Amino acid sequence: MYRQAVWDEPILKHLSREGRVGYSLPPLDSEFKSKIEDLADLVPEKMRRDKEPNLPQLSEPEVLRHYVRLSQMNFGIDVGMYPLGSCTMKYNPKVSQRICRDPRIAYLHPYQSESTVQGILEILYELEHMLSEIAGVSSFSLQPAAGAQGEYVGALMMKHYLQDSGFGNKNEMLVPDSAHGTNPASAAMAGFKVVKIPSSEKGTVSVEAVKRLVNQNTAGMMLTVPNTLGIFESDIVEVSKQVHDAGGLMYYDGANMNALLGRVRPGDMGFDVVHINVHKTFATPHGGGGPGAGPVGVVSKLAPYLPVPRIIKRDDGYSLDYQAEKTIGPIKSFYGNIAVLLRAYCYILSLGREGLKTVSEQAVLASNYLLSLLNKSSYKPTTSEGIPAKHEFVVSASPLKRRTGVSAGEVAKAILDFGMHSPTTYFPLIVSEALMIEPTETETLENIEAYADVLNSIASSSEQEKEQIMASPHNTSVGRLDEYHASHPGSMILSWKELDQTEKT
Amino acid sequence: MTVHKFLPNSDSSITTLMLEKLGLQSVEDLYSDVPNDVLLKRELKLPPAMSEIELEKHVSERLSKNKSYPNYPNFIGGGVWVHHVPSVVDEILSRGEFYSAYTPYQPEISQGMLQSMFEYQSQICELTEMEVANSSMYDWGSALGEAGRMAVRVTHRNKILVLRSSSPERIRVLRTYCEPAGAKIETLEFDKKTGLASIDYLDSKLDNETAAIYFENPNFLGVIEEESESIVEKAHSKGALAIAGVNPATLGALKPPGKYGADIVVGDGQPLGVYPNFGGPIIGIFATRRDPQLLRQMPGRLIGLARLKDKPERYGYAMILQTREQHIRRELATSNICTNEALFALAVSVFLALMGRRGMKELGDHILAKSHYAQKRFEEEGFDSPFFKGPFFGEVSLQTSIRGVALAERLSEVGIIGGMPLGRFYPELQDVSTFSFNETHSLSDIEKLVSSVKSAK
Repeated sequence: MYRQAVWDEPILKHLSREGRVGYSLPPLDSEFKSKIEDLADLVPEKMRRDKEPNLPQLSEPEVLRHYVRLSQMNFGIDVGMYPLGSCTMKYNPKVSQRICRDPRIAYLHPYQSESTVQGILEILYELEHMLSEIAGVSSFSLQPAAGAQGEYVGALMMKHYLQDSGFGNKNEMLVPDSAHGTNPASAAMAGFKVVKIPSSEKGTVSVEAVKRLVNQNTAGMMLTVPNTLGIFESDIVEVSKQVHDAGGLMYYDGANMNALLGRVRPGDMGFDVVHINVHKTFATPHGGGGPGAGPVGVVSKLAPYLPVPRIIKRDDGYSLDYQAEKTIGPIKSFYGNIAVLLRAYCYILSLGREGLKTVSEQAVLASNYLLSLLNKSSYKPTTSEGIPAKHEFVVSASPLKRRTGVSAGEVAKAILDFGMHSPTTYFPLIVSEALMIEPTETETLENIEAYADVLNSIASSSEQEKEQIMASPHNTSVGRLDEYHASHPGSMILSWKELDQTEKT
Repeated sequence: MTVHKFLPNSDSSITTLMLEKLGLQSVEDLYSDVPNDVLLKRELKLPPAMSEIELEKHVSERLSKNKSYPNYPNFIGGGVWVHHVPSVVDEILSRGEFYSAYTPYQPEISQGMLQSMFEYQSQICELTEMEVANSSMYDWGSALGEAGRMAVRVTHRNKILVLRSSSPERIRVLRTYCEPAGAKIETLEFDKKTGLASIDYLDSKLDNETAAIYFENPNFLGVIEEESESIVEKAHSKGALAIAGVNPATLGALKPPGKYGADIVVGDGQPLGVYPNFGGPIIGIFATRRDPQLLRQMPGRLIGLARLKDKPERYGYAMILQTREQHIRRELATSNICTNEALFALAVSVFLALMGRRGMKELGDHILAKSHYAQKRFEEEGFDSPFFKGPFFGEVSLQTSIRGVALAERLSEVGIIGGMPLGRFYPELQDVSTFSFNETHSLSDIEKLVSSVKSAK
């Protein structure tokens, strides 16, 4: 049985004691001061800080212990199984962590002369080409910081391309009802009207539905393959053709690429724009929410629209080009989340061409294996009989809820007590009581079986031990939180200042 | 198929066992639903697998072509700075419990990260004197982009005025974010002599179509906007929002933007405990006032205090106001941001915990003292420095007889990285560079820089 640490760790502010310091800086030599009369006078009076920032004062050992304790109240893939669907929580290789600590990458400044950064430019140039080969497209930009930013870049490139081709009227983006929330949000940010495609009974996008929705205003379609139900879009070739025939472009959301490495390439399915979540497929850590990286690849006709800077290879080395005429512009400062991208580069080289294919096979195998072990009278699969799931699958806990009142959300809380993370819940929106499960290729057979046992035992005990389940989790650092009042304008507390004000009253 | 150390079921004995239980013959059967015409019929054109030994040699051989701090002093600023990263920051950031976690969707098992994010938000509020900070954006540039879109939504106006003394790269990012929302970005010239905003000129450009005005402190030329309060007042008098961009490392000594009335504050947390990483990942700061309208329109993830259901006197932390976000609101969300830079919000939080209020003051003093010392030394050697005569903080502008790009090249030959040639961004400033100074620079580093710049004349 799992027991997470329970520390009642005070916030930093309440650990502070006047006079303590946790830093050491070199002394400011008298030489420096010799040319300056009074430091304070160097800032015009109007712009001087009159009072030091009210930051807590702690010594170094206290700071270290505070955060180590907090870390013990956090669960990551390094602690246990984390089959959060659509997030591809696979093992993060440690060699990449070590490589990224190298000062020759960590301390590089983005505005250094190109002659001093040839090594990293070479790596990034190689990575762009490796990703192009993996995705089956012509060029990549590594700039976007995350999948959502990649989507926005992709949608903008589609918009600019269509405008330049004389189709400025095309303003409708087709997005399946099973899509990630970022797809409609990114399309809307780029100025498109979002048109929802209803999923077929099989859970896929049908040719018929697409035929009904495409028209002269269709700019394109955003699709993830396999889709968020973990089902391969079997009509993808015909769907791409319908959209292309209407003059639209196909956008591939790479969130689910972990199913397809070395076997199916988005470019070969007819996609014109592709983003890759390297923090999913290429094993870079999620960092408790970020950073990630969301490189974007395109077919050749869209390449002039990629964000700047672009890495150029010349006879005498590599350089960064900021001046591409048709670029949509930069989407963030500098060239991307380099330390994340370097980890992806290390991962690709660690696995190699055969290993990457094995990664996807093993991910799909693990997913199907776990699905086969679940009690179907409690957890109803959304894949059809005889069609293998891909790297993830979705079950509905509706049968369980109807029978016992225990919902998908309750199941998710109960799992935590076993030292395993919950699946994604209530997504995709088209499945009631959805549990979306993605074990990934880095979990052992034994762990997969243990996870199935836990899900099944929650289901089988949900009548006799309903109260226990409804009150779970019991073994985590805290029990259930009142999230409703946490977001309520009358009781919302967003900082320690507000906390102290509330406590006073 | 190959057995691999990351793949515990990849030995054929285990794979076969699993396939058999599924009633399948081979892994090919797992893809039986994939149409044949999209299957790749060849191997990927990629290298074969490398062992750890081979990989580390391979990467190291490439990285050896880079030149970097600490072997070379670095004098470049402009949005990313080479500062010292305290060892405790590295130690905490290498905890797998933190870095190998996902977004804390299940708060009960993710209290460590959630409390850290709450503390980060609180520390940013203290440093900026703003009332609400989110738990991070990708970087300063995209934080500015989102701030521009937010201002358009809040004011229902579509013009954004930007001081041209702001980072030119960030201004381009602002365009990429805001122009698709129908906003017009208009840049305002700075005073050629001082590098400062001209208040009358700025006032003449403000009208009732202006959603916001954006300015930086210190600006990209290194200059402190002495009249920040007037800029904000002028904006407010026309019903526009004031967006201030800040380098947080200066805020121990420089007036916090909350004190001169900024409505939205953006910046980069990078100088506070995050390695420059060739420009990423770094971490965008986003803070605002506790105004219900601003809060509702704010992008990004917010962490709030949450009481225990069964013991309301005890509390933990949870993600809040998620109804603004894309996973709930889809095409009507305030932003599409999902993955952010949480791990580096943690780094900033650890850094600020170590520094405390005295440390931030001392850090500000280092930046001030060394940049002013260097400026005096340049002046003594006969340079026109600072080139911009407004009050400066941290970055020193310098005109040289050779172009800035050539100067940086010469300096790299003698083991110095920097400065930043302004000609890369401002065609009229080909012979002006800025040099950035902070706690990492010793007296001898600065002397070497001054003499090297002099001999590169």
